Amino acid sequence: MSFCLATSGVAQGDTRRAKGLDAWAQVYSVLVYPRCINCHTATNYPQQGDDRHRHFANVMRGPAGNGVPALTCATCHQQTNANSTGVPGGPGWHLAPLSMKWQDANDQPLSSAAVCRAVTDRSKNHGLDGPGLLKHHDEEALVLWAFTPGRRPDGTMRTLPPLTHDEFVAATRRWVEAGTPCP
Amino acid sequence: MEPLNRRSFLRVSVAVGGGLMASLYVDPPAFARNGTQAPAKVYPPDAFVHIRPDGQIVITVNRAELGQGVGTSFPMMLADELDADWSQVVAELAPAGDVYKDPVYGFQNTGGSASIANSFQQYRELGARTRAMLIAAAADRWHVAPASCRAASSVVYGPDGQSVRYAELADEAARRPVPERVPLKQASEFRIMGKQVRRLDGRAKCDGSQKFGLDLDLPGMMIAVVAHPPVFGGRVKAVDDADARGMAGLHDVFEIPLIHGTAVAVVADRFWTAKQARDRLKIEWDLTGIERPESSELWARYQELAGNVGNVAVSRGDESAWDHIARGNRIVAEYRLPYLAHTPMEPLNATIRFDGDRAEAWVPTQIPGFDQAAIAEVLGLKAEDVTLHTEFSGGGFGLRQAFDSHVPREAATIAQRARGIPVKLMWTREDDVRGGYYRPMFLHRVEVGIGANGMPAAWRHIAVGQSYVIGSPFESFLVKNGVDFESIGGTVDTPYVIPNFRVSTHHPTINVPPCQWRSVGYSHNAFVMETLVDELATRAKADPIAYRLKLLNPDARRLRAALSLLDQRSEWRRRLPAGQAVGIACLQYQGTAVACAAAVAIENKRPRIHRVTVALHCGQPVNPLSIENQFQGGIVFGLTQLLPKGAITLKDGRVEQRNFDGFTPPYIGDCPANIEVHIVPSDEPPTGCGEPPVPVISPAVVNALARLTGKRYRTLPLVSL
Amino acid sequence: MPVTTYQLSVNGEQREVSVDPSTPLLWVLREELKMTGTKYGCGIGACGACTVHLGGHTARSCLVPVSLIGERSIVTIEGIGQDPVGRAVQDAWVDNDVVQCGYCQSGQIMSAVALLKATPKPTDVNIEQSMGGNLCRCGTYVRIRAAIKSAAWNL
Repeated sequence: MSFCLATSGVAQGDTRRAKGLDAWAQVYSVLVYPRCINCHTATNYPQQGDDRHRHFANVMRGPAGNGVPALTCATCHQQTNANSTGVPGGPGWHLAPLSMKWQDANDQPLSSAAVCRAVTDRSKNHGLDGPGLLKHHDEEALVLWAFTPGRRPDGTMRTLPPLTHDEFVAATRRWVEAGTPCP
Repeated sequence: MEPLNRRSFLRVSVAVGGGLMASLYVDPPAFARNGTQAPAKVYPPDAFVHIRPDGQIVITVNRAELGQGVGTSFPMMLADELDADWSQVVAELAPAGDVYKDPVYGFQNTGGSASIANSFQQYRELGARTRAMLIAAAADRWHVAPASCRAASSVVYGPDGQSVRYAELADEAARRPVPERVPLKQASEFRIMGKQVRRLDGRAKCDGSQKFGLDLDLPGMMIAVVAHPPVFGGRVKAVDDADARGMAGLHDVFEIPLIHGTAVAVVADRFWTAKQARDRLKIEWDLTGIERPESSELWARYQELAGNVGNVAVSRGDESAWDHIARGNRIVAEYRLPYLAHTPMEPLNATIRFDGDRAEAWVPTQIPGFDQAAIAEVLGLKAEDVTLHTEFSGGGFGLRQAFDSHVPREAATIAQRARGIPVKLMWTREDDVRGGYYRPMFLHRVEVGIGANGMPAAWRHIAVGQSYVIGSPFESFLVKNGVDFESIGGTVDTPYVIPNFRVSTHHPTINVPPCQWRSVGYSHNAFVMETLVDELATRAKADPIAYRLKLLNPDARRLRAALSLLDQRSEWRRRLPAGQAVGIACLQYQGTAVACAAAVAIENKRPRIHRVTVALHCGQPVNPLSIENQFQGGIVFGLTQLLPKGAITLKDGRVEQRNFDGFTPPYIGDCPANIEVHIVPSDEPPTGCGEPPVPVISPAVVNALARLTGKRYRTLPLVSL
Repeated sequence: MPVTTYQLSVNGEQREVSVDPSTPLLWVLREELKMTGTKYGCGIGACGACTVHLGGHTARSCLVPVSLIGERSIVTIEGIGQDPVGRAVQDAWVDNDVVQCGYCQSGQIMSAVALLKATPKPTDVNIEQSMGGNLCRCGTYVRIRAAIKSAAWNL
């Protein structure tokens, strides 16, 4: 957390940075929410549930992040949520690449600073700049999925991230406009 | 094996459409007569062997095919003595019928790993008598002496080059008198028995054509699912079916009585409709006055009970021996083994059509006669007015042997209301995981006193756990002095020589229905015994196999043979890679001896089993291929006990697990890549193979872990190492 | 939901069903088309007994509502024998005496076929990973491994 000094120029930069960090904190709260972080694992398997336990049936990351033959993600996950059977779905269901892991090897979420560094590292994030990140948060199908995650097999609804998708995009925009500062 | 000591005689008749039908009438043994069942009636002739005019030989198996292979091994026994052409043999499962009772137990049963043992002589005699009649018929035709004829591959050959196929002889043979005594083959004469024979149902189970109970489809059939109370014994207080009413295809929603409590049945023309309708019901349950078991509380209660000796099962030697055993020479151990579900891959089901004065039922069951009687009781019929077809089961493991027949009773209750319409009752996987009938949880408190030579000098053992025998028709046979002897199999009958030996039990009544689970009491008792014996061996700095051989009763011939064979076939245990250790375990179950070596490493905080070798003695192997299958499969089944989610737990009376995500049996990755099975050659009468392998793997693995970590794991399942 | 009519390609044949769109493919196969080779084991995709091929890839049919099938062709255990890989797998299963109760084996075979189509010479690790989500309570895994290798050898 940085102080806000009452001098011009520096003060403005600090305010911008402060606002950016504030926006990032909001973005981070979504990224480490189970609906997102369950697929941003450091391991060779996905997680599921609000308690982020290992996904059942020994499903694996596989070489391309979409499972292994006979046990691909698409073996169960269709193009949209299947609410009658309780399996979530979206176009091209797959794990985020390991470069976008937001957990450590012990399944603990990385710190806000660490996730921010990973997300803004263009050598790891498929070359996305600020606007690119904003577009990803705004339009990427599996990101959108997190905000309409559908029904569990027991009929109850999956819990939602702390922001709506609109709020998430707005916070991302503010963060990008502030120059994607990291704590 | 004892010879049949009752009169048994064949009644033969010519089958409709030609061919030979041979049936066997057996007087029921004292077992059945002293039980609560009425004396067995003699039913109209049922077929065991039917030689069709086209040469096909249909053999009726008086057992359920659960996967264990009786649908092949039973025809093998009969067909070998019959000198039949094996390629013409097909098997059918016997419906409920007195004539199909287990000749030793006196009721129709698949369980106790006793099928081959109890019917070995029966099925061979059936084949031999039929053969004798066919030869006599041929001899008559040719005016030669029967002794001058021989038979092979469904053909009788005469002394002068004559030959005739069985199919052509069948009608004549059927009219002949049935010989009382026929010689059976020597083992050296076996042509089919003793050989590796592939399953008769193998192909059908690989192309989708094999039907199981759940696959049954009848014209006009309805599907029923039941909403069971969330706590065992709960009762329906109110049902709001507003959200379900009007669903297309929904037929009926109504309350039904259960053995304990009540439930709500939903009947529809499709499973999906029935299930969705059930999901939409809002049911208020009355749970007043019902015990709500909670696992943590049960363990505390069991621990307290184990502070007292309880009902003594066996006590030999001298209590005062303990006075001479110093504290440092005692092992005091408490074991906790949780509730276990069976979860056969085919969930429970039963299909019944009630026609007022008759009923017809199709049930994948291990106990057709019990289920038939239960259905009759619910429907107000006599048992003989209920035709019960035994369906192929997608696994049984003892769950389909629940002696209260609770699933057929549920189905009958629903079928009664649906009068005339066949109803298939289907349990979902959630119903199954939550439905009770578990291997009971057990707490063992054992104190072992070690003698100067490192052998046990004294042993006192208190086992606490529910009995499913108390209150069952078998109580008078298996319960003495308040001790359920089935629950402590593996302790009281230990083949180890242990002086000053006492075993006692407490059998609390808990509101969780218990049931037989493949290997019954041995599933927990063998774990306790074999881990303790291993600890003794380690303390004595002895090789675990050598120690056991030394500790064993000299009369434990089969177990000695199995251990010796294991010793020979597990040379690899002397050359293990770094990070691996070997664990040994053995047991004797119903006459079959098993010894096992498991090579284990710790990877990702879990035991990883790299190799398993098992040696066994089961007398004459009827089908060695089937035995290998059973031992590989039984060891995998036994691994359930070690897996982190291999337990059923309860909170506030509710089962916490829901489906395979909560109760998780072994997948392929949990198992060693290979399990090598070695059979001690023998031509003694055969003993069973279904259950013996199950209990041996958990102690073997835990014994290996003890070598790797120095820790003794006494609570299952193993959560994290 | 109102009953909807779907045209499905099943084992190379066109079939028409009229069902509630939320009905999983598993129950469409078993109850509408009376094809009971595909099995119900758990209903949540944890056991694999319901495995079919959809659009050339495995699918756990207990989870796929018929409304999400679209144009994808369906192949079940009843039809996989028409495929040379399918036939080889079934033959290897029989030769190696894999099955016990057999209830899980339709799903095991469909998964094994998908593995061999993607990886004609699978290693032990390939087998363990690809077959890792198919449950067998009878414990036939050792023989499944052997049969897959045997089928791979023969193909």
